Amino acid sequence: MKQILQLLEENARLTTEQMAVMCNLDEEELKNKIKQLEDDGVILGYKALIDWDKTDREYVSAVIELKVAPQRDRGFDRIAEKIYNYPEVQSVHLMSGGYDLMLIIEGKTMREVAYFVAYKLAPIEDVVSTATHFVLKKYKDKGVIYKMPEKDERECVL
Amino acid sequence: MDYSKILSAKSQSLKPSGIRKFFDMLGGMDDVVALTVGQPDFVTPWHIREAGIESLEMGKTYYTSNSGLLEMRTEISNYLKRRFDLSYDPEREIVVTVGGSEAIDMTMRALIDPGDEVIIPTPCFVCYEPLCRMADGIPVSVVTEEKDNFKLTPEKLNAAITPKTKLLIMPFPNNPTGAVMTYDDLEKIAEVLRDTDIMVLSDEIYAEMTYGGKKHVSIASLPGMRERTIVVNGFSKAYAMTGWRMGYTAAPAPVTEQILKLHQFGIMCAPTTSQFAAIEALKNGDDDIFKMTGEYDYGRRFLVNGLRKIGIPCFEPEGAFYVFPNIGVFGMSSEEFCERLLYEARVAIVPGTAFGECGEGFARISYAYSLKHIAAALERIGNFVNTLKK
Repeated sequence: MKQILQLLEENARLTTEQMAVMCNLDEEELKNKIKQLEDDGVILGYKALIDWDKTDREYVSAVIELKVAPQRDRGFDRIAEKIYNYPEVQSVHLMSGGYDLMLIIEGKTMREVAYFVAYKLAPIEDVVSTATHFVLKKYKDKGVIYKMPEKDERECVL
Repeated sequence: MDYSKILSAKSQSLKPSGIRKFFDMLGGMDDVVALTVGQPDFVTPWHIREAGIESLEMGKTYYTSNSGLLEMRTEISNYLKRRFDLSYDPEREIVVTVGGSEAIDMTMRALIDPGDEVIIPTPCFVCYEPLCRMADGIPVSVVTEEKDNFKLTPEKLNAAITPKTKLLIMPFPNNPTGAVMTYDDLEKIAEVLRDTDIMVLSDEIYAEMTYGGKKHVSIASLPGMRERTIVVNGFSKAYAMTGWRMGYTAAPAPVTEQILKLHQFGIMCAPTTSQFAAIEALKNGDDDIFKMTGEYDYGRRFLVNGLRKIGIPCFEPEGAFYVFPNIGVFGMSSEEFCERLLYEARVAIVPGTAFGECGEGFARISYAYSLKHIAAALERIGNFVNTLKK
């Protein structure tokens, strides 16, 4: 199972035939295992990694540190739910340390993100404070380095 | 000036590497998918590079002792014990060399007298024969065959031994065939050698690249073999450190003494920066090895399966990172097949004959590439083979 997940995490576009060869499994068996992982919610989806900076799409993203007051019985779950339902919110993590929730927000412009923080996030009951950090450049995300693949410079010797 | 009269006749008589010739054809061609290289598809892991950089920052730019930093030799000794159950004294039995190639060269020079015979299982890496000749030895080729899984058999070894035999080269896991020798295979070879004075140069540069759950066995770990074996290994393949030029010999003290003397006069010492990087590799690099070997194994399965599906018979390689398919079935010489594949399908592979005449009928394909790259090559090879069948 771990091997299948690692392969998919690395490259979700491998065909089941290719993966079966690599894992030394029967293709049908492999398909069943992947289906099981999907049904169990272990595999939640398959997406492409896109470097939007190479396109003409205008966007900004920001990391937001949120301090919140946890609620009786529900802890942070309820407020996290409330926040992750906004489509602007790309990710939500509960953190140890100086603040509670770390969000990554995307918007078309800085102003749009600023408005979202000021008018949507900050007013939520139980949100104690926010700190917004705009992303200037993305170098590496999800283990992938955001630059052109390098040419194979290996020389043929002997 | 007539240089041919001036230059060493011995040097001039050496044939240039056959791989070289094929690579030269490649030069200037574009849109070629090459599966030719004999080096890892990874850069050296960052923590290892960092150790090299740090040594420079600290101003460690001096010579080391001739045999290498004692810490380096100690870590090599620990590594050989940990991975292959070999015991060598870091003070007296290990020399750090400039890559495995220098280790091979120095070992031959330390052992060979004019007229001594050196048994070389072929197909094999291209350097043994010329280095043997330069040491005034006589190379005796023993052909390993596909039907024996390209292993060296005791019968063939026995048939090649004469009173002049000084040294046996054991190039396993093998470049280009991908063959390995198991404990049982080695035991049969050891049995032939035990009552003789024949020494063994065991080139274990691909020792970490073995697949299918089979761990590499060093012939030096067999009873009675340590005293007659020179283990040659290095960092190029296991840690993706080809450019650092780091290798070593591990051998009984009297042999090491001679190797060290030659190394001292010829090289002085192996590069210091590389030694500091290699120490880090030995201390904290085992996981890198496992990770990279896992990736090679994917490539191996992928390529072998792909070739077989195309209809190219392919011996299941268990070591190194090469596949050695039988292309004789297409009724062409290796060179012709590889040339046509290059010009008609734009895929570069190396003709088997580059590794000795006995490589005729075969080709070496490296899988030290990304899966995407291998898949692209397989598609082209498939199309090419289909046109042959028509």
